[in-house]
Amino acid sequence: MHPVVEREQLSPNVVRLVVEAPRIAKVRRPGQFVIVRTGPGGERIPLTIADNDAEAGTITLMIQAVGVSTTELTNLQVGDAITDVAGPLGQETELITAGHAVCVGGGVGTAVILPIARELSRRGVHVTSVIGGRSREWVILEPELRACGDVVVCTDDGSYGRHGFVTQALKDLLDAGGVDAVYAVGPVPMMRAVSEMTLPYDVETTVSLNAIMVDGTGMCGGCRVTIGGETKYACVDGPEFDAHKVNFQELADRLTTYRSFEQAALQRQKDDEAKGACATTEVQA
Amino acid sequence: MTEPASPGPAEESDAAPARPVITNKERMTIGRVSMPEQEGEVRARNFGEVNLGLTYELAMLEAERCIQCPKPFCVDGCPVRVNIPRFIKFLREGDLPSAAESLLGDNALPCVTGRVCPQEIQCEGVCIRTKKGDSVAIGYLERFVADWAQQNPDALPTLKPGQTGKRIGIVGSGPAGLTAAGELARKGHDVTVFEAFHAPGGVLIYGIPEFRLPKDIVQAEVDRLVREGVKIEVDAIIGRTYTVPELREEYDALFLAVGAGLPVFMNVPGENFKGVYSANEYLTRVNLMGAWNADSKTPILHGQRVVVVGGGNVAMDSVRTAKRLGAAEATIVYRRSADELPARKEEVHHAIDEGVVFDYLTAPVEVLADENRWVTGIRCVKMELGEPDRSGRRRPIKIEGSEFTIDCDLVVVAIGTKANPLLTGSAPELTVNEYGYLMADEYGMTSMPGVFAGGDIVRGAATVILAMGDGKRSAFAIDSWLRGEWPPVGADKETKAKEPAAAG
Repeated sequence: MHPVVEREQLSPNVVRLVVEAPRIAKVRRPGQFVIVRTGPGGERIPLTIADNDAEAGTITLMIQAVGVSTTELTNLQVGDAITDVAGPLGQETELITAGHAVCVGGGVGTAVILPIARELSRRGVHVTSVIGGRSREWVILEPELRACGDVVVCTDDGSYGRHGFVTQALKDLLDAGGVDAVYAVGPVPMMRAVSEMTLPYDVETTVSLNAIMVDGTGMCGGCRVTIGGETKYACVDGPEFDAHKVNFQELADRLTTYRSFEQAALQRQKDDEAKGACATTEVQA
Repeated sequence: MTEPASPGPAEESDAAPARPVITNKERMTIGRVSMPEQEGEVRARNFGEVNLGLTYELAMLEAERCIQCPKPFCVDGCPVRVNIPRFIKFLREGDLPSAAESLLGDNALPCVTGRVCPQEIQCEGVCIRTKKGDSVAIGYLERFVADWAQQNPDALPTLKPGQTGKRIGIVGSGPAGLTAAGELARKGHDVTVFEAFHAPGGVLIYGIPEFRLPKDIVQAEVDRLVREGVKIEVDAIIGRTYTVPELREEYDALFLAVGAGLPVFMNVPGENFKGVYSANEYLTRVNLMGAWNADSKTPILHGQRVVVVGGGNVAMDSVRTAKRLGAAEATIVYRRSADELPARKEEVHHAIDEGVVFDYLTAPVEVLADENRWVTGIRCVKMELGEPDRSGRRRPIKIEGSEFTIDCDLVVVAIGTKANPLLTGSAPELTVNEYGYLMADEYGMTSMPGVFAGGDIVRGAATVILAMGDGKRSAFAIDSWLRGEWPPVGADKETKAKEPAAAG
């Protein structure tokens, strides 16, 4: 069991959990992930390790509630525990050691960008983070990223920072010149747009792929992605790849495999909650 | 779940009824019993166990068929060298506790092997009675005694081996790892098993389906090992969570039994369309993650027309699973003919009874999909058999212009597995062959002193029982090595189990 020792609500649907996992905290490298599972019958969910504290024996996970299992995780409170935390999995991020890096984060992808920005900053690289969200309340981790360098915030509705998408802010930076590497993590359309944008500038671009996986050790092959025409496993060969070689269409498509199942499960959960609410009302009445 | 057949009332065995002694001539007149099983049409729609187990009466009758050969071929035919005539003799004398003790002393997982061993090419294949008819149903009897032992744990003596103070780390909790763990714990060593998944059992729990090997049976076997002192650490991925050199520092000896975990795909166009699974993924979702249950949080695609590519046990497990998940049509596509099917005979018969279609001499060339990239069919080509290849089986050759399409909405690829580099990659000291499998000497020791290996990660994809044989032999060698007795004395008997041709 892995007790939750800290919890913070970062945005309406993103939660930061600090979880006890001493062994993983000791050996984890930036870019790696864990697979967690809550209780008997729980799904195996891959989550990037946002941070670790080897001394305290804890790791930090940032979770976006999108389905039933992630909602279960975001509902955990301090004192609750996660049954299984397995890892660290995947390859560590290959980062530049000098120059100027732009870190682009969309939604919960910003949580994956944070450890990258931190490590780059530690290496003395000039970091500019470009992060975005629908509106002000959806922008996460801005102060943490400011500690690593410059930050450009974009919101779709203009309620905070620049009005518009992260790609527009990225374009300005690329036009200004001097960008040596781009790291982008977020929804597939965002990563694809970033990749298409940096290609003509010939700037090395890395993305982290959130393919569907079960075991995380290369055993199921469910996370297969096409990189430069070759099949790779996101879990053991990645999760990070050269953006310019990724077949984003295929990835986006494979991510929809269980959409109807997920929607049905969410509906069931909502119905159950509604029933639960009624029951409470009845008891109170 | 179907209630497992009762392996006979315990009270009856306590007061062993005196049975009349019969002559071998009389024994030869008794016909082989049939395994009671669920009807094909019924079981093809549920996940309950297909074979229900022998009743007490059937088991006693079958036990009488053994003529107790002085030089039993069956023992040589068994990769873990179970003393088969001995446990059968105890059984027919009505002494179930002694039969169980005898069996468990030879085999750490008899409930498993009694269900999944290919007996027809092992013990039963060499049984003297095959010269004039059917072999003794050794597998059925093993299962009967093992199930009795599992249901009557108090009837067996509690093991209290002297403690050697030696610590052994075992990587992988599949059949090889669990067997080695059981053997080493019985020798008084302190054993810890590392498992990458959240539950122990390896292929027994993620691969072999509920209807062939119920998961509570596997769990009970694991529980017994834990009672015997084996420790199990789940969620521990060796090569990631710990490295082999780290473990080697911590433990007096290691046994690496991680299996051949990587799926092999067909390498044809369209393989990444939605609705193409590796058998590993398909079976793991259904078995380990429980997606056979409609309430499961882990999703599985329910195909109406399912094509499974391959002819081994994993292919049979996949196609029969598809049937149980509601497929109206479930088809095996295999590039050779029925005679070359590597699957256990019983699995093939069961699949046929359950309505599975077999397309022999057929090989896939492309997966087809609709505009949303969902699978709609598989394009295949007919094959003919040419000269025998290295495996001794006739090589399939494409018949030009014979292409045709099988309409389907789900494809499961079950054409084998290969070595996973996760563990070996973390330990450059370990020597691997060109395919990534670990190199080990005749006693199972790798290029790292004190680090042994066995099962699929050494021999390539094979069977549960061969992996268990490796686990048993390696345990013997590890124990000798720890006692400073090297090479192991008496290892010949342990290592020279007859090995049937590898399936594949």
